[in-house]
Amino acid sequence: MAKELRLMKGNEAVAEAAIRAGCDGYFGYPITPQSEVMEYLMAEKPHERTGMVVLQAESELASINMVYGGACCGKKVMTSSSSPGISLMQEGISYLAGAELPCLVVNVVRGGPGLGTIQPSQSDYFQATKGGGHGDYKLITLAPSSVQEMYDFVKVAFNLAFKYQNPAMILSDGAIGQMMEKVVLEDQIPRLTETEIIKKCPWATTGKTPDRERNIITSLDLDPARQERHNLKLQEKYKKITENEVRYETIDCEDAEYIFVAYGTSARICLKALQLAKEKGIKVGLFRPITLFPFPVNQIKEMAGKIKGILSIEMSAGQMIEDIKLAVEGKIKVEHYGKMGGIIPSPNEVLEALEQKIIGG
Amino acid sequence: MAETLTKQDIIKDENIVYKKTKLMTDKVLSYCPGCGHGTTHRLVMEVIDELDAQANTIGIAPVGCSVLAYEFMDIDMQEAAHGRAPALATAIKRLMPDKFVFTYQGDGDLAAIGTGETIHAANRGENITIIFVNNGIYGMTGGQMAPTTLPGMKSSTCPYGRDVKMMGYPLKITELIARLPGTYFVTRQAVHTPANVRKTKKAIRKAFDLQKQNKGLTFVEVVSNCNSGWKMTPVKANQWMVDNMFPFYPLGDIKVDGELVK
Repeated sequence: MAKELRLMKGNEAVAEAAIRAGCDGYFGYPITPQSEVMEYLMAEKPHERTGMVVLQAESELASINMVYGGACCGKKVMTSSSSPGISLMQEGISYLAGAELPCLVVNVVRGGPGLGTIQPSQSDYFQATKGGGHGDYKLITLAPSSVQEMYDFVKVAFNLAFKYQNPAMILSDGAIGQMMEKVVLEDQIPRLTETEIIKKCPWATTGKTPDRERNIITSLDLDPARQERHNLKLQEKYKKITENEVRYETIDCEDAEYIFVAYGTSARICLKALQLAKEKGIKVGLFRPITLFPFPVNQIKEMAGKIKGILSIEMSAGQMIEDIKLAVEGKIKVEHYGKMGGIIPSPNEVLEALEQKIIGG
Repeated sequence: MAETLTKQDIIKDENIVYKKTKLMTDKVLSYCPGCGHGTTHRLVMEVIDELDAQANTIGIAPVGCSVLAYEFMDIDMQEAAHGRAPALATAIKRLMPDKFVFTYQGDGDLAAIGTGETIHAANRGENITIIFVNNGIYGMTGGQMAPTTLPGMKSSTCPYGRDVKMMGYPLKITELIARLPGTYFVTRQAVHTPANVRKTKKAIRKAFDLQKQNKGLTFVEVVSNCNSGWKMTPVKANQWMVDNMFPFYPLGDIKVDGELVK
């Protein structure tokens, strides 16, 4: 059968991917620049296609807690929002992580702080990768740099979330969410039946039957020793995720003297900057982290021994650069170049920054 | 000479007039002596048992005194963040429409931090049951002013009495949500006397029966005491509740069959 191709916005790709991944429920609240996710879902009537529930909540607080309620039942549930809305969701995300519940949260990042702007930004890197809400926890964080990846990562994120019983986040931005590209669509995965869910998620609150003890989902334990054990278990899980789930892409890195490290929209800009650099005879490659947690620490560390310097390109004041510096351990020069306030840097500006801050600096 | 009855003579099936509720666990209740939570827990579990719905019920515990409700109720339960129980319940019921779904919430949880979730779940007409225990105070955190604290009533954050000019008025959230088209049955009860206990149980049973018929949101408020927060003996607290809480929060049905009671 011929591949099913469609021209779609990044936000629409997320919505279509959710339906086709067998998602059971989407709960959201409108916010620019990601409102197309729920608009597309509502127009598609997924309750008729697959039985998927789509509900517009009264707030982001309610949407993430609806996700919590559904996740407790072993359902494949998700929400999407943009930066200010994701800030509101941090309470619920912390509870989901604490109670070890799988779910997907899509953040189509816009510039901040505060109400900021509706233009694209990458200034929520810290929030996504370092915790965001209260307590010691991590989100599995995937950073798409194309509309195809917006589509593909929905399924990947759900699989990882269920594999590790942990919330997963797709950290996108307003540019990837709004731009249109062609997308290869996959066949529909059927939603799980209640019997399949009970088998796959024996911990879920599906109703206490005589053959098992009651299932309780909580993040509360007032006994310090037990609470510490729970925290240690979480840390052990994050370690496993770090060991097994690092994803990244390298372009022209083999004989490079310098490296751009960039994810999402910034990585797309760097692709063009690589061409411009080549024309000038500069040997530069692109290292694109796909998982931001787990961050490709070892891969960057290994690369640092072979190159002269790294330029971190981020649409922020420089957040990922801290992780790069930790990986490089001071062996080579690491600088940041980026724009804030919703401005996307141009390939020329990126190359100029490399010449000034790394090569000439 | 009269025969002496032994314990064994008395413990016979035909003599049993009361026994432990089947769906209450063996865990000792964490509530203060005299508190209405224990009785209310029991009534909810009795109703679920009578409906033979243990395998078909998902409950949601709040944050507040009843934060550990899941330790006492022998059913599948979820622990919500403070105030968010109706949001959880909304998703569970929509994803599993054949289950009974209920939230068990206090006044701080439901009528302050969770007002938005409560109002909107009610207004959407979610087919869930809310059990709302109102004792006019934040019990668990040590007796602070609640959205339902009466005018002039003392608490640790209004130690000279609630001054409505400065602190605002108590919120009659039950009357408020009764006016929303999404609610079908809204009632206010109490559990301080055997007669009231029986009425409350009837109300809870009715709420669950109506949930099964997908009539919309059903809501049972239980006006209760907080003898430790109110700093009274259990007996005095109940009397104070009758004298002060009931005039402001009058008992009885507020909305029946989707119609406000005149």
